[in-house]
Amino acid sequence: MSNLKFIQVSDAFNTNGLNIVWIIVGLITIYAGIKNLLDEENPSRVGTAIFWCSFGVVCAFGTWLPAKVSGVLVIIMCLPPIFKKVKVGKTNAPTKEYSRAQYEKIGMKIFIPAFSVAVFSLAFAFFANISSMIAITFGVALAIIILMCYSAKENKPQVFLQDSERFLSLMGPLCMLPQLLGCLGGVFTKAGVGDVIASLVEKVVPKGNVNVGIIVFAIGMVLFTMIMGNAFAAITVMTVGIGAPFVLAYGADPVVIGMLALTCGYCGTLCTPMAANFNIVPVAILNMKDRWGVIKNQVVVACIMLVVQIGFMIALK
Amino acid sequence: MELIKLLGVVIVIVGFALKLDSILIIFLALITTGIVGGLGVDGLLETIGTNFVANRSMAIFIMILLVTGTLERNGLREAAADLIKKVKGATAGKLICVYGALRGFFGAFNVGFGGVAGFIRPVLLPMAEGAVKSEGHEPTEEHMEDIKGMASAMENITWFFFQVLFVGGSGGILVQSTLASLGYEVELIELAAKEIPIALIALVVACVYFLMKDKKLTKKYYGDSAVKAGKK
Repeated sequence: MSNLKFIQVSDAFNTNGLNIVWIIVGLITIYAGIKNLLDEENPSRVGTAIFWCSFGVVCAFGTWLPAKVSGVLVIIMCLPPIFKKVKVGKTNAPTKEYSRAQYEKIGMKIFIPAFSVAVFSLAFAFFANISSMIAITFGVALAIIILMCYSAKENKPQVFLQDSERFLSLMGPLCMLPQLLGCLGGVFTKAGVGDVIASLVEKVVPKGNVNVGIIVFAIGMVLFTMIMGNAFAAITVMTVGIGAPFVLAYGADPVVIGMLALTCGYCGTLCTPMAANFNIVPVAILNMKDRWGVIKNQVVVACIMLVVQIGFMIALK
Repeated sequence: MELIKLLGVVIVIVGFALKLDSILIIFLALITTGIVGGLGVDGLLETIGTNFVANRSMAIFIMILLVTGTLERNGLREAAADLIKKVKGATAGKLICVYGALRGFFGAFNVGFGGVAGFIRPVLLPMAEGAVKSEGHEPTEEHMEDIKGMASAMENITWFFFQVLFVGGSGGILVQSTLASLGYEVELIELAAKEIPIALIALVVACVYFLMKDKKLTKKYYGDSAVKAGKK
């Protein structure tokens, strides 16, 4: 694999490139804030603007801002949605007739820009050591250029910006949940929440039976991930608190146990609204009515996979 | 009183159970854990700021939104719907499975198609809608809601279980470093290899489940004869 990567960039390229990526994302979001501030059709202009702009500033300049300032901005960002002050303003959604007419003009060629983000990510993953965030950005840039070539009069630069604002507003504050959950995991860890849970388990679970240890470890990963919404936050705490003292200490293979415990945690991710970016944000993007609509379709598969993985861990330990 | 540190966890569980506003729940849990965990105002703000900035890769979807809306405006849905009319025998369930297989295969190379915002909404859903129509049914709102749920679920399941096959992915690295801190040295490639059978089983389980479910739904929404007609 790695010998295919004939395009080698320096770490500095990736660092600087990522900074540019976050500045672009931040500016898109700040645009959304300012657009809504000036939008007389928005019933809550100031609240909406505070929300999008404070996120935009943290995203764009987080690399250089002191952590404490970023923290204050995140707190400020949380206030408008808590008081239901983030609203949708005037939208410029295309009519069905309009997109039909554009399709008749452009035709199947529309798939070329649609796949350009994926093709760029693929090509860059195979042939270069460039960060996938930068690869995605290149793909997006190419898609914009192609769309402008197809229909220069219709697809002016501001159309792309307006359309991204339309989608951001449609998704609303919920799209910030994943990053907030990341923060919560960090704060939990810092405050030692994991240690407390591990010490509680120690009182209940008998030591010495590896198979019981494996089952407790696997189910513990699922439950802890469901609470935290993040298997990464759970795996460190659970491996230290349960995996090592109850399973690995008795000679089980750390490769099998350590790795499959993480994917047991993913079974928990499939079942929790705390994993908002996977289970709640799609509900918003797809305009679904049922907040649990994605999770309901995942529970059966998650349960089967948990049993399969516990079986693997016991068989291969 | 170490147990008091769990107050934030309790807030999260109770908050979601009571269906309070999600951001409010996290906000309260953050503040409470900061206080009972003894982080202090400065420590709490610093931890929040550091973690939020470190998790920015979760915001890359905003970059992709730059083209998502304009692609829709330029007839992507119409093109996908037209394309699917040319494919014979493709049901919504089959399309979701084909997508799952592709997503898994490319996911193992750490390559995404744009996820729900970048692919499912603009490409896959119009195709699934077209598939239902090509079977001779007018898609009901309930059926589309189920299809949306199944497509998002397939996206998550395949992405979760196949991304760990990528050597150098963050999941494997995290497991490796956690085990190292406990005195167990393991190789990333070994970790990834152990996940290959698990990933394949996950894909098969998901495909069988969604194919069966879609068949049942088609029967439920469009009647008994619909399933037979769709088989032809």
